[in-house]
Amino acid sequence: MDLKRKIAAAWAFLFGDSGHAFGTLSVVLVLCLAVVPAKDHFREWSQYQTRYLRLIRLRGDAASLQRRFQPGMQQNWLPELGVVDRCTTCHVAMKEATLADVSTQPFRPHPPIPHSLTEFGCVMCHRGQGPATTVEEAHSSTKAWEQPVLPARYFEASCGQCHQNSLTGTPQLNLGRKLLARYGCVSCHALKTPGGVRMTSTNEPPPLTHVAEKTTREWIYAWLKNPQAYSVAATMPDFKLGDTDARDISAFLIDQSTAYKTADAAKSVATPVDPSEGASVYGESFCASCHAVQNAAGLMVGGDIGPELTRIGSKVKPDWMALWLRDPKLYAPHTAMPRYRFNEKQLGLLAGFLQAKADSELLANVHLDAATKEQIAHGKALVNERGCASCHELNGIRKPDNFAPDLSAAGSRSLAKIVFAAGVARTLPDYLAAKIRQPHAFGKELKMPQYSFTPAQIDALVTALLAQTENAQTLPATLRVAGQPASSYQPAGKAWKLMEDMQCFSCHAINGRGGDMAPDLTWEGSAVERAWLLSFLKNPNTLRPALIRRMPRFNLTDAEAQTLTDYILAVYQTPAFDADSLDAAKFTAEGRERGRQLYYSKYACQSCHIIDPQNDKGYVGPTLTQIGAKLTAAWTFHYLKNPQLLRPGNIEPNQHMSDDDARALTAFLMAQKKSPEVAKR
Amino acid sequence: MIRWRLMAAFLTLVLATNCARKSEGSKGPEAKAFGAALVEVSGGKQIAAIGTALDQPLVVQVNDAQGAAVAGAAVSFHAGGGSTVTPAEGLTGSDGQLTVSVALGGVAGRYQVIATTRDKAGKAIELRSEEIALGYQQNLGRQLNDRYCSRCHDPESTAERVSNHDNLNAKPHAFTDGDFLNKISEADLSSIITHGGAALNKSAEMPPYGGTLNKADIEALVAYIRAVADPPNRLKGLVYAKN
Repeated sequence: MDLKRKIAAAWAFLFGDSGHAFGTLSVVLVLCLAVVPAKDHFREWSQYQTRYLRLIRLRGDAASLQRRFQPGMQQNWLPELGVVDRCTTCHVAMKEATLADVSTQPFRPHPPIPHSLTEFGCVMCHRGQGPATTVEEAHSSTKAWEQPVLPARYFEASCGQCHQNSLTGTPQLNLGRKLLARYGCVSCHALKTPGGVRMTSTNEPPPLTHVAEKTTREWIYAWLKNPQAYSVAATMPDFKLGDTDARDISAFLIDQSTAYKTADAAKSVATPVDPSEGASVYGESFCASCHAVQNAAGLMVGGDIGPELTRIGSKVKPDWMALWLRDPKLYAPHTAMPRYRFNEKQLGLLAGFLQAKADSELLANVHLDAATKEQIAHGKALVNERGCASCHELNGIRKPDNFAPDLSAAGSRSLAKIVFAAGVARTLPDYLAAKIRQPHAFGKELKMPQYSFTPAQIDALVTALLAQTENAQTLPATLRVAGQPASSYQPAGKAWKLMEDMQCFSCHAINGRGGDMAPDLTWEGSAVERAWLLSFLKNPNTLRPALIRRMPRFNLTDAEAQTLTDYILAVYQTPAFDADSLDAAKFTAEGRERGRQLYYSKYACQSCHIIDPQNDKGYVGPTLTQIGAKLTAAWTFHYLKNPQLLRPGNIEPNQHMSDDDARALTAFLMAQKKSPEVAKR
Repeated sequence: MIRWRLMAAFLTLVLATNCARKSEGSKGPEAKAFGAALVEVSGGKQIAAIGTALDQPLVVQVNDAQGAAVAGAAVSFHAGGGSTVTPAEGLTGSDGQLTVSVALGGVAGRYQVIATTRDKAGKAIELRSEEIALGYQQNLGRQLNDRYCSRCHDPESTAERVSNHDNLNAKPHAFTDGDFLNKISEADLSSIITHGGAALNKSAEMPPYGGTLNKADIEALVAYIRAVADPPNRLKGLVYAKN
């Protein structure tokens, strides 16, 4: 009763007469109208803006910071890029470099990058939900928005959306792309850049059409079971084959193998009694430039262009070895291995030396009975099922098309379509990493093999895959920076035959084709003197004593060296200058002396180069003791003026030398013609 | 009233048990032994890009008062700013050491990893290790350093390359030499890189790179030099109001 009376009294007070009712309703209306600004005031972003203003209040440049601060919701809309983001509503100080010492987010300024923040927006690189207005929705993945903010470890993926070229600032992305091409990923998976170029493998796995001539079924069995047990650096992954499967595949591989044409070289060589002598042939031929061998300390010494040779004796048959060393192309027409033109003695020594590199334990426990027809048929079915022919050439089996899922948009895959393995966080990067790390966690029947990548390599691969976004395919073509196009350059005539024979392109690049281990030879004809080139091809002496990887000796005949020299001098001429523009005969003794002074004082060339072996010690650049016999005067002059003009990417700094200085230095350098023996005396 | 009081009591109980569970969780494995000192064996001062895992693990060792290794001591790790340590706690092995891997946070700068162990009396012993995270610009500087600078500025030789450091008359300063390099202003550093040592009355053995590297590259190199300085380089020129 009491309560009822109280309510009645209140009602009478509020709406008793028209005056009271009007007043009450006005108050209610004002309250209703106040809801919107109040709601805005309590929004998350508004809190951040208030905190920011409090943060800058005490700073020396508070006035200018305050002037540049824009209150309220901020939005950046870039229709061409498909970017809408409101990130700068909370991240208010993106462009305030003076706040570099602030460590609390969201108030840190953006660190320096090569792009304008306003022109590219935030979500182009960071992902996340740009139009969202709460931290949770903007940063994390929600049911309506699957792409959360990209973790920092994969940031370089964002650069890769436009940049197909290799940038200095993105080592992780570059590594990832290199691994995709080297470890056969792109042999099974199609992977196209936004420009529509399909990535190709840089690894040439050996053809298996004649594999029975090369190795034994036992070795194949052991290799299939665990490639890394034979060679730690093997690019072949582990297919997790059971004993029966490995037995049957090895049976099939031997069965499908045919004999190969060995021409007249069929005679095998006598293996010498003492194979240790072969070590010197191995060393002289600089096999280590491409092949690695594990030393006693377990460290790999040598290059990675060819396979590791630590246990090669347990793998290949002695007859095959001798034939291979004599002419590798007979067995594998596309091999990167040069033909060395060894004489019989060298061949015997080297073959014996390599054959002695055996590991008796490797095949000790492998005993296989003769293969049955059923086993061979099963083996063939397995080879088809596992896609072996995606990488290896086989008799009777065609290279499958699109064997594995297309990865061209791997960085935009919808999470809804992914089946996650247990224990894998529900994000795309985590899925990709887990899939590469342990494919079989996603299903035993999965065909994807097990690689033995390091965590850093996996991060790099994930980065390269995340760069393959759908958004990248719709960006304006003007933003795309193409990678270096594959060059199909091929020299002509006899010289090409020789270059192909010695596989010059495995190490040297010419006109965009070839490797980067050795100097680019595109303008070599303008650079070197005829006599020097001729003798260098016959007997490459060491230009850079500090390098492990060097030019091998190919045992060329005089005529062959002549052909190659003629071709290089005639064809590889730069249009940048006239080869005869500088006459070395006109150099004076005064000029040379001035050059010497410039060399040792103004330009301090001795910091990096050796010209006087007794006093100089520079290890960075090549030794210059015989430079006058090697280089032409015109090349030297123009090279000194601008080292990158003739050799792009060269590390020798461009010193903006005056013509006078460059001429004097050239005069001094051209006088350096003594052989090392003379210099020592 | 009684009902309210009961409610309040229940709530406090729930909160208390939750808190207790939390502190129990951070206790980690039970220590079997106690040491008197915690030292860093290796893995400090590593340099890596933001967000990435460090190449080398962080190895700490628990010693007793005599300096002998203590096996079975519990060590827990704490790392801030989004960096992570795995495992975050553990017992030292028979050599008194515990090896953990560290992943850096997403912001460039220095990350402190604090390792803690307890002595017999339960007193915490702390060890602070520092790791360096490089942002885009500093990482670019690092790549340029590897290509252009480290042959002379890094005194250590590698299996593939012999350092040129000792061949020079004026010994180049390692970029970690903060005692020396922090005193040089950013403008002067980029000036030396651009115009060579001779232009600033230093050795002509340092050649000018202004014709080879562009401005952004040189800024990146300076940013890298600042990032790896030991002792760290402090930001200068910031003025704060005093109230």
